[in-house]
Amino acid sequence: MTNSEIREEVLDILESIAPDEDLSKLDDDKNFREQLELDSMDFLDIVMELRKRHRVQIPEDDYMNLASMNSTVTYLTPLMKDIQKV
Amino acid sequence: MYDTIIIGAGMSGLAAGIRLAYYDQRVCILERHTTIGGLNSFYRLRGRDYDVGLHALTNITPKGTKKGPLARLLRQLKMSWDELQIAPQLGSDIVFPGVRLRFDNDIDLLRSEVANEFPAERDNFDRLIAAIVEYDDLNESHQAISARAKVAEFIGDPLLLEMLFCPLMFYGSAREHDMDWGQFSIMFRSIFLEGLGRPQAGVRLILKQLVRKFRALGGELKLRTGVKEIVVENGQVRGVLLENGEFLEGRRVLSSAGWHETMRLCDDGEPVTTRSSGRLTFCETIATLDVEPSELGHVSTITFFNDSDQFHWTVPDEPCDVRSGVICSPNNFAYEESDGGKAVPGTMRITALANFDFWQGLDEKNYRLEKLRWYDRITDSAVRFVPDYRSRVLDTDMFTPNTIVRFTGHDGGAIYGAPEKQLDGRTHLPNLFVCGTDQGFVGIVGSILSGISMANQHCLKD
Repeated sequence: MTNSEIREEVLDILESIAPDEDLSKLDDDKNFREQLELDSMDFLDIVMELRKRHRVQIPEDDYMNLASMNSTVTYLTPLMKDIQKV
Repeated sequence: MYDTIIIGAGMSGLAAGIRLAYYDQRVCILERHTTIGGLNSFYRLRGRDYDVGLHALTNITPKGTKKGPLARLLRQLKMSWDELQIAPQLGSDIVFPGVRLRFDNDIDLLRSEVANEFPAERDNFDRLIAAIVEYDDLNESHQAISARAKVAEFIGDPLLLEMLFCPLMFYGSAREHDMDWGQFSIMFRSIFLEGLGRPQAGVRLILKQLVRKFRALGGELKLRTGVKEIVVENGQVRGVLLENGEFLEGRRVLSSAGWHETMRLCDDGEPVTTRSSGRLTFCETIATLDVEPSELGHVSTITFFNDSDQFHWTVPDEPCDVRSGVICSPNNFAYEESDGGKAVPGTMRITALANFDFWQGLDEKNYRLEKLRWYDRITDSAVRFVPDYRSRVLDTDMFTPNTIVRFTGHDGGAIYGAPEKQLDGRTHLPNLFVCGTDQGFVGIVGSILSGISMANQHCLKD
């Protein structure tokens, strides 16, 4: 997947976790927490959805990389570069 | 080989099962009883449907609310607000001699009632609310603070203080005489700041939605399947031995059987810790009427009553404590025509504290007699506070602490579990965890969240 495909995928996951949030105004530099009503349970769901959909394993110590869209995509790029977009 | 074996198909076990099955685990829920629900269940008797447990759901926030326990629960289980078909309460009250405080799902009603009945406490009550809103429920140091001492820093009138504790203790204090400040704040929010509601079809609707969801995700549910032993080898749980002799292998076990009950199931000879199981248990009378309670002039959803200025929250010496109680009419919720549920027949339910040892000690014949005797005493006490409905009764039933033991298997018929919770859900074994009333919060929303959070913390991450 390219960076923009990974971004699309993360957006899709966010939408499934928080269907009532307006994601169109998401600022990729800012923390998710500042912009969306996400708690620690929701962050776990981002990790779990990535595992469920793409078999990407993220160790607990790395969860902090999922703070904003940019940091998430940067972190996922090496892990997801060989995954085909479906 | 299961990824997770869950003991108990109550609210917490089912919720945990949904989380794990959604993330593709092989998961099995084992339920000793013939039906699901545990403490919150339902049954049919002489052609009528009854609920056990649920009076109302607490924590009811309007559709679209993003924060709070209900919103979190719906998100975690991927359920929509509409699936639970919750109708808000019409309005409830707390009645002590000479004083009635009404409240509904908008805190302003209770604020104005307090201002009218206790004018000197108006600003104090607002300051108490502000402190509760600020309370951080993740800060465990608040556990140890006495709520009575803390609330007395705000509220000067002892009668108002008793009136505020009465509903919060009835709906969720495992501790006698007092609550800890944390639990008080959580209960205050869930009842007064959020609110009460109920699906027209009762608790069966919630349970059926949970089971449907669990099964659709590939989860297995086995009824009439009691666990005889949790099998331990080399300091690890290897699986469970069922009462029918079958062995189920599992990578981990999540138990809602209760702390003590779970420890006793372990076959590793580890001594059971001496913490109290909790002693607070209830009797409840249920009357089906030939009219809606509102036609008799009873429009309150829940009435918490106490017949003196002091409220006693402890195990009674008598078989039941009829000085106080909770009167619930499931008719008095704002159901909509489109809710689709059957109309609820006129119903009055009354809950009172009970003495477990008395009820357990009876033989079959005396049990029946005492049920009849205490049905009348509880009802006679309650009609001092609500319109007398005794001449309109079509049918009655009653549950006692013995019924609670039969449905839940919990020691002492303890409704709200042990006073000391195992908040992290851990045990002496690395792959055995507890959820439900002995782990965390009580009530329907609380126990569902207990199952969700224990599944998240202990069963998903590896």
